[in-house]
Amino acid sequence: MYKILCKKELNPTVTMMEIEAPLVANKAKAGQFIILRVDEEGERIPLTIAGANKETGGVKIIFQIVGATTEKLNHKKEGEYIQDFAGPLGKPTEIEGKKSVCIVGGGVGCAIALPVAQAFKEQGAEVTSIIGFRSKDLLILEDEFRAASSELIVMSDDGSYGRHGNVTVPLKEMLDAGKHFDEIITIGPVIMMKFVTLTAKPYNVPVTVSMNPIMIDGTGMCGGCRLTLNVDGKKVTKFACVDGPDFNGYEVDFDEAMSRGRMYFPFERHAHEETCNLFKQA
Amino acid sequence: MALDPKKHAMPVQDPQVRAHNFNEVALGYTHEMALAEAQRCLNCKNRPCVQGCPVNISIPEFIACLKKDDIEGAYQVINKTSSLPAVCGRVCPQESQCESKCTLGIKFEPVGIGRLERFVADWHNANSTAAPQKAASNGHKVAIVGSGPSGLTCAGDLAKAGFEVTVYEALHVAGGVLVYGIPEFRLPKSIVAKEVDTLKQLGVEFVTNAVIGKTLTIDELFEDGNEAVFVGSGAGLPNFMGIPGESLKGVYSANEFLTRSNLMKAFRDKCDTPIMKGGKVVVVGGGNVAMDAARTALRLGAEKVYIVYRRSMQELPARKEEVEHAEEEGIDFQLLRNPVEILGFQNPENPRDERNGFVTGMKVVKMELGEPDAKGRRRPVAVEGSEYVLDCDTVVIAIGTSPNPLIKSTTAGLEVNAHGGIIVNEEGLTSRENVYAGGDAVTGAATVISAMGAGKTAAKAIIDHFAK
Repeated sequence: MYKILCKKELNPTVTMMEIEAPLVANKAKAGQFIILRVDEEGERIPLTIAGANKETGGVKIIFQIVGATTEKLNHKKEGEYIQDFAGPLGKPTEIEGKKSVCIVGGGVGCAIALPVAQAFKEQGAEVTSIIGFRSKDLLILEDEFRAASSELIVMSDDGSYGRHGNVTVPLKEMLDAGKHFDEIITIGPVIMMKFVTLTAKPYNVPVTVSMNPIMIDGTGMCGGCRLTLNVDGKKVTKFACVDGPDFNGYEVDFDEAMSRGRMYFPFERHAHEETCNLFKQA
Repeated sequence: MALDPKKHAMPVQDPQVRAHNFNEVALGYTHEMALAEAQRCLNCKNRPCVQGCPVNISIPEFIACLKKDDIEGAYQVINKTSSLPAVCGRVCPQESQCESKCTLGIKFEPVGIGRLERFVADWHNANSTAAPQKAASNGHKVAIVGSGPSGLTCAGDLAKAGFEVTVYEALHVAGGVLVYGIPEFRLPKSIVAKEVDTLKQLGVEFVTNAVIGKTLTIDELFEDGNEAVFVGSGAGLPNFMGIPGESLKGVYSANEFLTRSNLMKAFRDKCDTPIMKGGKVVVVGGGNVAMDAARTALRLGAEKVYIVYRRSMQELPARKEEVEHAEEEGIDFQLLRNPVEILGFQNPENPRDERNGFVTGMKVVKMELGEPDAKGRRRPVAVEGSEYVLDCDTVVIAIGTSPNPLIKSTTAGLEVNAHGGIIVNEEGLTSRENVYAGGDAVTGAATVISAMGAGKTAAKAIIDHFAK
């Protein structure tokens, strides 16, 4: 069992938790993820690590309440325990040797983009961050991003905060203006990562995307997290859990990844409603 | 007494009934049946059956105990060389191992060794109250990576010899493939839990959620005071066929399909893990895993389940009993067929149609058996123009796995072969000092009992090494 050291609501649908898992905290690097189960009947879900503290043994996760499992997790209180917590899994984001990077985060993906931005800053890189949200109520981690970036641009889809529009708008402006990036790292909804990649393509800037497909074991066994890469005109199957989660954006088949990500939508909707009703009755 | 030319039949659940539940199919011999079957053993002098067993159980001795109705005595004989008798009695391919060598089998059906082993183990688990004796510690610490059949066997043998053993398991429950791979109806999970408990009583410690290569490395296991490490991390990533449509929604690897049902209990109503149920299902492959997937799909409520296999019934690699059970339950074997393409739904009018991207069928081609290949198996050749479509909603691909890269990529000096399998010598020793390995991590996908044999070999080498 793993203790919840701290819990904080970042916005009405996004929660931060710090879980006591010293072995994971010891090893965790930006870009890696964990697999957790809330209780004995629970499913295994992957969540990217949002930070780790070697001294306290705490591992930070930030999650959006989208289905039955995240709903159940959100009902756990500080001091309570969750059943299972395994990691750190996947390969860390490659940060070495890059002097100027652009971090593009969307929605809850910003929670994962933040430690990447911090890691780049720590090694002395110039970090430009663009973070986007649907609206002002969903904004998270603005101060933290400001501290980790030499320039921060906040976007909202509805114009209720920061600049109005998609994250690709300021990215294109900067690239047009001749701003140089060694790499663009984008983390968020697959559709956003697809368009960040398309935006960067004419400028020949390397793009790294952080994929978050459906997973079960997360250790290189089930193959559920597979995605298709186009490498030099050849289709190659890769597994996000052991080969990723970071991939070269120009190689990823985003449309397929989006379609696969929707496989259980009807089931999830139903399970989430049922769980909500259970909590209402209790 | 005249010798019965046939084995005593195994009582089983009725096929019509069992196709709709997850309870165990084979019910096990009664006391009378077991004693009667034991009488069929000739107790011949050269004991060929023992050579046929990868862990060399003293088969004639345990059957001799059974003949005298000394069931606990029989268990103690088996327990000397096997840590998992209740498992092996259920999942070993006896027809190609011990029973294939049985002297009685030259003229008649061989002795039902597997069925007797299962009876003895089940009787012991139900009736024995004696707790296993923990051996006195020899002061040596060993770490085992993976709690599947090879790891459990290695752990058991080392613990009995006085080693302090810790087993590290990546998943949330111990048992490896016995838990995530083999379905409840073939190997009840309570039996695996019981075997794990027995090891705990012998002093073996289990650490779950520990992904070696990630959470801890092999080097850290040594820094932690372990003097030897056994790697039994099992099979790895599933293989796919490389045909169009394999990423459509509704296409599973057998590992994923079985893990969802077995480990995550998707077959139960109150479980949170989803799985596609019902409709028509095509399983590709002819091994035990393919049989398990097909029969699981049926029990989950499929209206029709096909097995597509590119050779004929004769070459089907699955355990004979599983094939027979699958046929009785109504699995449709499409033999000498090879998948060409998986077809999916696409509404040309509406890109947002929720049905888009889901499987609708599989195009298969008929095959003929040509010349034998290097292994002597006749190579299947496609019959031109013979393609047709099998309508289906779910496809499960059960064509094998490739070794997991996690340990190889984080352990300096650990040599692997071209397929990614860890290279070991005849004692199970790898290219790294005091690191041993066995099971699917070495051989690629194989059987439970061969993995157990490898765990046993490595345990013996470790015991010998520290006895010096």
